[in-house]
Amino acid sequence: MLSNIGNTLLFLNILLGISLIYFLFQDLGNKGKLISKNIYHICLFQSTLIIICFFTLIAAFVVSDFSIITVYQNSHSLKPFFYKISGTWGNHEGSLLLWAIILTIFSYFFLLYSKSHLRDYRIYSLIVQNILILGFLFFLLFNSNPFSVILPVPQEGLGLNPILQDPALAIHPPLLYIGFVGSSIYFSAAISSLLINYDGRLFAKSIKNWVLISWSFQTLGILAGSIWAYYELGWGGFWFWDPVENASLLPWFAMTALLHSLMVLEKRNLFYFWVIILCLLTFILSVTGTFLVRSGILNSVHTFANDPSRGLYILVFLSLMIFASVILLFNKFKKSNYNLNPNSKETFILVNNWFMIFYLITVLLGTIYPIFTEVLTDYKVSVGPPFYNSVIIPIVILFLFFMSLGPQTQWIKNNSYNLNLMIKILIASILINFAIIFLFKSYSLISNFIIISALFLIIYSLRDLYNLFKKKKIDASRIVSHFAFGALVLFIGLNHNFSLEKDFNLKKGEKREFENYSVKFNNLQLEEFKNYKAVIGEFEINNSQNNLSRTLYPEIRIYQSPSTITYEASIRSGLLKDYYITMSNIDRSDYYNIKFQKKPFMIWIWISVIFISLGGFLRLFKNAKKNY
Amino acid sequence: MKLKIIIYLILLNFNIVNAETNSIDSNNIFKNLRCLICQGQSVADSNSEFAQTIKLVVKDQIKNGKSESEIYDFLVEKYGEWIVYKPPFNKVNLLLWLLPYLAFVSGGVIIFLLFKKRFNN
Amino acid sequence: MQKKIIKSFILLFIIFIIGVFFISLNKNSIYDTKGLVGQKITNVQLDHFSKNKMITEKNFKENEFTLINFWASWCAPCRDEHPILLKLNKEKNLKMLGVNFKDNKKNAKNFLIELGNPYDVLAVDNQGKQSINFGIYGIPESILINKDLIIIKKFIGPIFESDYEYIKSIVRKK
Repeated sequence: MLSNIGNTLLFLNILLGISLIYFLFQDLGNKGKLISKNIYHICLFQSTLIIICFFTLIAAFVVSDFSIITVYQNSHSLKPFFYKISGTWGNHEGSLLLWAIILTIFSYFFLLYSKSHLRDYRIYSLIVQNILILGFLFFLLFNSNPFSVILPVPQEGLGLNPILQDPALAIHPPLLYIGFVGSSIYFSAAISSLLINYDGRLFAKSIKNWVLISWSFQTLGILAGSIWAYYELGWGGFWFWDPVENASLLPWFAMTALLHSLMVLEKRNLFYFWVIILCLLTFILSVTGTFLVRSGILNSVHTFANDPSRGLYILVFLSLMIFASVILLFNKFKKSNYNLNPNSKETFILVNNWFMIFYLITVLLGTIYPIFTEVLTDYKVSVGPPFYNSVIIPIVILFLFFMSLGPQTQWIKNNSYNLNLMIKILIASILINFAIIFLFKSYSLISNFIIISALFLIIYSLRDLYNLFKKKKIDASRIVSHFAFGALVLFIGLNHNFSLEKDFNLKKGEKREFENYSVKFNNLQLEEFKNYKAVIGEFEINNSQNNLSRTLYPEIRIYQSPSTITYEASIRSGLLKDYYITMSNIDRSDYYNIKFQKKPFMIWIWISVIFISLGGFLRLFKNAKKNY
Repeated sequence: MKLKIIIYLILLNFNIVNAETNSIDSNNIFKNLRCLICQGQSVADSNSEFAQTIKLVVKDQIKNGKSESEIYDFLVEKYGEWIVYKPPFNKVNLLLWLLPYLAFVSGGVIIFLLFKKRFNN
Repeated sequence: MQKKIIKSFILLFIIFIIGVFFISLNKNSIYDTKGLVGQKITNVQLDHFSKNKMITEKNFKENEFTLINFWASWCAPCRDEHPILLKLNKEKNLKMLGVNFKDNKKNAKNFLIELGNPYDVLAVDNQGKQSINFGIYGIPESILINKDLIIIKKFIGPIFESDYEYIKSIVRKK
């Protein structure tokens, strides 16, 4: 029943998409300034239908309609209500539907909020947008249909992978998809702008809020994924340079570059083609990421079921997008005259883009390099954290200095540098770094530079904030984001250097001592829960230095549906540090493998990222206030 | 004067860093090794039989005075480059290690050329 | 002209990348240690299962071919390959070395009493440390080596009938 409704709705949506493209082309020929009312109606209708379609799938998950394969494979009647709903987008088919629904709604919003712009520009944007929508709908209907039925109808579902039953992971895909899909708007707008040779400044105005929205949500989405990895995967890390994580980071780099160079386009009408390239690149990278993740050609923690036909479809879609963009760009590209002063805000923004592209190329290369070596030389290599850390980190130091100085400069031509101030702040940063080493512990040379440069950015931003309160003039959004980025690097640096990790085997009743800590394995018990059994350990952590005593309860969970064993970390979060214990059984022995970690400032890493994206939202609200 | 202070402070930092003793951290090695039978996990992160065996062997080798790179070489010989997360610098991985820096340098050159053109105009 | 070259270069580059992606889609990416084939085995130091002695490379040099088989009583696929190992035992040019992997001695003995003992020599690797030296990552795994200690073939997972035929063809050639 629900399957029929869903399929019908998908099919209707395809018809609507096709008719919308037809009417849009018709409307191009019409004279008059306004887009015909019909198009608004169709767009609204299209969005409504796809929302209903999505709710149909949610309903199927809620009532556990196991006649639908997607529900059968990813749900279970005993699953908590919340995870029945989040299970809707916790799988390949459902998440694609989520992608399509956001795409449709966004293109309707674009139609609504672009009224001040040229009619043809809006129409072409919508046409491109609807071609993208159709691409996804065809993919959904013919390859990854969330409403496919299974016969005979199973009595019970297979259940959602327990590690996906988690609040952070429930919100992770929607947040990330708003980022990914938001970039489709400026992809379409860029193509449209190329087609009709739209004015650069107006183009910048029309997409800047979309860039802000997608960037801010993308940042939060990456954060949610990272938090999930921290407490669910039980490894104590928060970033693994896993191909799937990289896939979400690549568009973020492009968006960040775009976010900055768009300001130059808007203020000075420079870098038009560069901005266009970034617009196209961002969405292309989003789809590339989807391709890499969904086709299963990369070995990653998250693997969706491996299915080459899926990969092939996305690859064809991707190639069409790339070729269309590149050929259009070739035809329209004109050499423009850059009137740039080396000492100006424009230059610093260019420098930002330079670094962003460097990060992008490094991460992209690292992610896809194993594919190339395997295909071309039949040689399998792993590119992991040590590669990214050793290539990227030294460059971050330089980046942070530019990031501190850039905002201090003026547009067109900067008059003077406050060299005195710069040196003072540099000395202050070095002194603070020195104090940290002196009071606590020394660390490597590169860490020294990282922490000094992060402090440099933080102090500069604080000074800007102080001036802001005095003058009430400068824009706080930039300061918040830059300050938070400095804080992020600082806390990651401190976290890295002051973490304590111990890996050892213990039997019940045994105790292990190291540095000032002792870990005692007090107790072990078996408990039954609604949908799993758990072996729960009780560990007492003592710190002899400050008489601290904590008890942690890591678990080994045995799930029946699907039958999986997960290792639940026990984490005591605090303002200054987290204590983190995971326990795993060693086969054929009474011993358990214990991982004990002390991770300083974890909370502050999360908070910094929230503030980075907050900067984006602040700018968005400011823009909204200005316009309406 | 100020410059002198900065240089002095940096030198001070240097001294402390150099004083640090060099002991091999087994955890660090585990993190750089891929657990071959897992999905994208390192040996440090994995609870699998294979990871536990590797940990024992690495600890043994450290005890026997092997250096970090000797341990990696041994494992690469036995399991191929797939096991180390830091691809060794060789013919196949040449592009991987060079391209990022090449991109970085050429980015800088492009920006420099933009200004040069302006001055010529 | 120059522009055209740049343009076609960019297009070719994109086609190249997409082409590689396309090929990799249809490529099996399951990893194995086939790279070990052709390498020489060194540093063998296996404990004998019951006697207090060491098994080293010297023991391999005496035989035309040796099949080193890693097994354990707790490993289910090891039961599946056992009949084939028994058949292989009858090959004249082939010596069978069993390595009992992370196992309990009593269980291992019972396993061999129940299913028969195909091994000419039986060694033990209690903690699994020696297995790393052979590039093992999950049992059952078997390695076929010749007199010069060169690895001829590695079998990952249980040995099947087809593998039996293959081993037979190589061993009988000499």
